Amino acid sequence: MSRNVFMLVAGRDLRLAGRRRFEALLPVVFFIVAASLFPLGVGPEPQVLRQIAPGVVWVCALLAAMLSLNTLFASDHQDGSLEQLLLSRHSTILVAGGKALAHWVLTGLPLILAAPLLGVLFDMQSHSILVMVIGLILGTPVLSLLGSIGAALTLGLRSGGVLILLLVLPLCIPILIFGAGAVGSVDAGMSAAGHLSLLGALLLLSLVAAPPATAAALRISMS
Amino acid sequence: MSRSFRLFMFAAPSRFYALSGFLLPWLWLLAIGFAVAGLYVGFFLAPTDATQGDSYRIIFVHVPAAWMSMILYLAMAGWAVFGWAANARLASMVARALAPTGAMFTFLALWTGALWGKPTWGAWWVWDARLTSELILLFLYLGYMALVESIDDVRRADHAGALLALIGAINVPIIYFSVKWWNTLHQGATISMTAAPKMAATMLQAMLLMTVAFWAYSFAVVFMRTRALILERERQTQWVMDLASRATEEKK
Amino acid sequence: MVALNVSCRRGEEWLFRDFSFSIRPGELVWLRGQNGSGKTSLLRIAAGLSRPEAGSITVAGGHPGVYIGHANALKDDLTVTESLTFLARLHGLESDSKRINGALRMLAIHHRRHAFVRTLSQGQRRRVALARLALEREPSLWILDEPFDALDTQGIEAVNQLLAAHLASRGSVFLTSHLALSLPKTAVTELEFPVGAPA
Repeated sequence: MSRNVFMLVAGRDLRLAGRRRFEALLPVVFFIVAASLFPLGVGPEPQVLRQIAPGVVWVCALLAAMLSLNTLFASDHQDGSLEQLLLSRHSTILVAGGKALAHWVLTGLPLILAAPLLGVLFDMQSHSILVMVIGLILGTPVLSLLGSIGAALTLGLRSGGVLILLLVLPLCIPILIFGAGAVGSVDAGMSAAGHLSLLGALLLLSLVAAPPATAAALRISMS
Repeated sequence: MSRSFRLFMFAAPSRFYALSGFLLPWLWLLAIGFAVAGLYVGFFLAPTDATQGDSYRIIFVHVPAAWMSMILYLAMAGWAVFGWAANARLASMVARALAPTGAMFTFLALWTGALWGKPTWGAWWVWDARLTSELILLFLYLGYMALVESIDDVRRADHAGALLALIGAINVPIIYFSVKWWNTLHQGATISMTAAPKMAATMLQAMLLMTVAFWAYSFAVVFMRTRALILERERQTQWVMDLASRATEEKK
Repeated sequence: MVALNVSCRRGEEWLFRDFSFSIRPGELVWLRGQNGSGKTSLLRIAAGLSRPEAGSITVAGGHPGVYIGHANALKDDLTVTESLTFLARLHGLESDSKRINGALRMLAIHHRRHAFVRTLSQGQRRRVALARLALEREPSLWILDEPFDALDTQGIEAVNQLLAAHLASRGSVFLTSHLALSLPKTAVTELEFPVGAPA
């Protein structure tokens, strides 16, 4: 029964997003556009682009994932659904987890699928692209999990969108370092195992610690 | 926590207000006294460094400032969480009062780090692991201050800040580790003492003196800020209104 | 439910202090007071959404059964049936289509069951939100904030029937309403809410 509320909330969010398909695509569009700006700013020299590619893709993924965060709880807050979610017999932690899962499916997953395209644009080698994608698979859920804490803390605030960025981006720096570092080490001919396993460890830590923090933040914001 | 301490904390903000008012002049005296002593030892008594000459002396401000920035963050997180868990309003006020001072020391550490880096590496900023971590710490401070300022409801702001500070405190080791890793990976520059492994005794003395000075200064400034917060938040209570009417009468 | 010396602040001001009352099974308590006196805040504290600054609230059997606030908790982009089914599942109520349709029929909104919530009027949305009450089986505490808001006479009558049935089976109700209640007087306890600066 308890497991159901997790899927119930995630399923509802996905269904709602499905009815507003255009809006759901905005983060991916931003991702591609923002990353494409770099060659225009830095110059099209393949050597340089290949070097900056992992960093650029990861930073743009970070920003794109953060973009859709301030609406994570906003509509539920406005129409009173959030109160009902908090009052259900089930743990708020599962509700928070369900929300983060829906956010990842709607934002993280498309980013993962769009990343190889960017890899090609930056003339990355195929094994580099592969490592980058694996890193994104491990890292984007962490962005959704940490981001949901930020969204819960800034619930209903006027400056919510930018404030979330300021709050959450510093916490995401380790993900950025290990994700981009994984590609860098593969490019240098070494194994990415160390970086990827650190990413995995951070993912596990976030899976365990972030939903309770989000639940606590929701209670604070709704009190 | 001892019983009397707990009573003190839960005691009316009025008692804290009175006690801190009494201590303030002494704290300022301590701060100025130790600062003068520390700067004297650091700039006049400590020997010239073998490799870095005299430019290294900035560490007598840089290192204590960096220590304070980290200690104050932990103190801020600690008091904020206590205020959240025990619903203690005074503790939350102290946390809020700590933030700007902590941010100031972080900025000071960064600035003096740059001043140190320039003669050593020729650049105002090198992405040294410790300096980069200090920069991220500054972001954490700014995030905390931005969050508590954005929330109108005072108690919600206090509690939200507590959660954020707690998350920040837990993340600081992770961030520091990852930045160190990043720095060694990319063979970045390091700003540190390359002199003999044992620091000259006077150098240590100077740093300790400055640290005490910064401690006293922090107490003084945080007390002042907390007092202002108390007056603002408790302005509906009898003792504050008495205070205000006494002050206006004294002016006459 | 028993409330003891409950106090609530909004910012630096006290909304109410040392307010005590109790609600027995089968009782309906009507909280009356002026706008801004903190009625909604008290209901939210009773529901467990906020912590009181001081005092305590004890509810027999733990979790208060139902809280329906001012807002309807309906998503614009879901249909009426989907919305009610979600709420039912969220709160562990029976959510098979027969029960859902029955509840919608009781609130006379069954004919719009496939409509998107955003196409409904305020009164119709309120009916959907309150239809959840028709699915509740347990004699728990219902906390309702202005339930009759935007309802027409037919809607009010339907809700009254639900309330009466709930009270008859030893459930209890705690509500606010600026409209006069039209239930048998014997079941209603009026609770005047204190207003103005506390002692």
